[in-house]
Amino acid sequence: MPLAFSAESQDKIKKILGRYPNKMAACLPLLYVAQEEFGHISPDAMDLVAQTLELPPSHVFGVATFYTMFNKEKVGTYHVQACTNVSCMLCGGYDVLGRLRTKLGIKPGETTKDGLFTLGEVECLAYCGTAPAVQINDEIHELVSPDKVDELIDELKARA
Amino acid sequence: MPEDAANTVKITTQNFGNPDAKKIATYERLGGYKSLRKAVKMKHEEVIEEVKQANLRGRGGAGFPAGVKWGFVPKDAQTVYLVVNFDEGEPGTFKDKTLVNWDPHRLVEGACIAGYAIRAHHVFVYIRGELVQEARILEEAIEEAYGRGYLGRSMAGGSWAMEMVVHRGAGAYICGEETSLLNSLEGRRGWPRLKPPFPAIKGLFAQPTIVNNVETLMNVPTILEKGGTWFAEQGVEKDGGTRCIAVSGHVKLPGVYEVPVGINLKTIIHEVAGGMRGAAKVKAVIPGGSSTPVLTADEIDVPYASQAMAESDKIRPVEVYPGQLFDAGFPGGAPLRSMPGSGAIVVMEKGTDMVAVCARLMRFYAHESCGQCTPCREGTGWMARVCTRVAEGKGKPGDVDLMAHIADGIGNKTICPLGDAAVWPMLGFLTKFRKEFEERIGKRS
Repeated sequence: MPLAFSAESQDKIKKILGRYPNKMAACLPLLYVAQEEFGHISPDAMDLVAQTLELPPSHVFGVATFYTMFNKEKVGTYHVQACTNVSCMLCGGYDVLGRLRTKLGIKPGETTKDGLFTLGEVECLAYCGTAPAVQINDEIHELVSPDKVDELIDELKARA
Repeated sequence: MPEDAANTVKITTQNFGNPDAKKIATYERLGGYKSLRKAVKMKHEEVIEEVKQANLRGRGGAGFPAGVKWGFVPKDAQTVYLVVNFDEGEPGTFKDKTLVNWDPHRLVEGACIAGYAIRAHHVFVYIRGELVQEARILEEAIEEAYGRGYLGRSMAGGSWAMEMVVHRGAGAYICGEETSLLNSLEGRRGWPRLKPPFPAIKGLFAQPTIVNNVETLMNVPTILEKGGTWFAEQGVEKDGGTRCIAVSGHVKLPGVYEVPVGINLKTIIHEVAGGMRGAAKVKAVIPGGSSTPVLTADEIDVPYASQAMAESDKIRPVEVYPGQLFDAGFPGGAPLRSMPGSGAIVVMEKGTDMVAVCARLMRFYAHESCGQCTPCREGTGWMARVCTRVAEGKGKPGDVDLMAHIADGIGNKTICPLGDAAVWPMLGFLTKFRKEFEERIGKRS
C-alpha cells in the first residue's frame, strides 16, 4: 500500500526544504522523517521520499542502502547496539556484546520474538573515554559492564 | 588532570567543567561573541590574515594551515559555503564531541567568524548521525544565537547575513572525508570525489566551499581576541596554539585534554592520563586515531607533533616486508613513521592481543569502505578475512606475507585516503608485531 506522510511530518518537511538550495539535499533529513514516522525505511517509504523530492526512486534506494542508520528492516522497540571497536574492545566491549547475546538469546542482526529488542554491533561511537559504550535507540550508555547489561535490559523489559 | 603535566593555556577547553557554559548568557558573560563583534567590523581579508599569522593548523587529521585554506576561495565567487566537519568517526577519537558538549557556542562563534572571513552566508554543520545528543545541544545553541542576533540578517549587528544549519549524517565513516561529506550533504551516497577540483574552488552545490574541523574553528574566537601572534607563540614553529587529545584504552584517566603542541607522548600517557591502570606496562600505542601506524613501548619517547613524529629516529619506519620500506607516496620518498593525526591516543597494556586488535580494525575498514574504487573495496575485505582467520588461530602459512602484499596493492592507489587508512595500521602492526602474527600461525601446525 502506498504510504503518505502525516500532517506533522509534512510540516517538518516544509521546514527542512527551506534550509537547502535544492530538493535533493533534503534526502537524508527526509529519510529520517520517514524512519521516525514509519519505524523503518521500506521500499514504499523510499518511493514516498522520492516522490516528495521529485527524485528517481533508484536514487533514494541508493542513498537509503548506503547509510547504516537507515533501517531497511523492522527493528525492535529497543535497538541495542554495542560498540566493539578498538577502545571499547580493550575495555571489555566483546564481554558486553556476549552478555547481550545470552541475555536476549539472539545474535547481532536479529530481533527477539516479542519484537522488543534488536541487537547490533556498531562501529566507534566516539565514547572511547568511557568505554565500553552501548547505544539504545538515541541514548548512549557509558562504562557498560556485563552486570550493567542485565540491569539495563531488565529495566527496559519492565518498562514494556 | 595534574595541572603541571599539561602546563598550558586553555583555549578550546576553557569552559570545561562549567555546565552553564552551554547557555548563551553564561557564554557571553565569560567573554563569548566579543570576537565575532570585532570580526564583523574588520575586512574579510584582515580576518584571514590574522588566522594565517596564528599558524592555526587543521585539527581533523591532515593538519593543513587553516588561514591558507581560507585564502584559496576565489575573490569573485558569488556563493560560498562553510561546512563544519563534525563527522567525528575515527576510532579512538572523541574530542570534538566532548568540546561541543561543554561549549557549543564556541563552535557557533568560530564558524560565524570563519564564514565571514571567506564571504559565506551559509554554514552547514555536518554532524555524525550517532551523536544525537550533541546535535540537539548544537541546535539549541544556534537557536539562541539567532535570538540574540549573532545569526540571521545582520550578524552581530553588522551588515553581513549568516545562516547556520545542522545536517545529520547517517552512519558512514567515509563521510568524514571532505568530498564524500559534500556528496552526502547534497543528498547522495557518500562517495569521495576526485581532486582537483578542490572544494575551495568547486565544493558544495558546485560552489567554492571551505570544510573545517570542529576543534579548528573553536580556536578562532581566541585568535581574534588575543591576536594571531599570541596564538602562534603558544605552539611550535608553523603549528600554533594548543591541541586537544583524546586518550583511551588501558590508562587510569581516559579523557579529553588540552596540551601544548609537541608535549612528549610518554608524558601524556604517564602524567596527563594518569599512567597505566593497575600495575600494567605499556605494550603499544596507537598515537593519532586508528589509521596511524602503531608504536611499541620503546617508541613513545617522542614529541607529539607532526614533523617530529614523521622524522624521529626513535620510531621505526613502516615496512611491507622485513627490510623493504613502504612507499607512502610522501615527497622525496620519505618513510612512513607515524603521526598525531586526529589526536586520538589508544594505549594498550602488556598482554593485549595485537593480532586480534589488528583484525578488529581491519573489519572496521572493510565495513566502512564505500565501494567506489576497487583496491579498497576488494582489498580491505580481503585483509579483514585473512587477519581474522589468523587471529582465530586458523591462519595458513604465508598469510603474513599475503596481508602485506594486499596492503601494498591498496596503499597510495585509491581515490580517497580510506585505503591508506586501512593499509597504514595493517603494515604498522605487521612491522612492529610480526612475530606475534607468525607465532599465531605457527601454533596451528
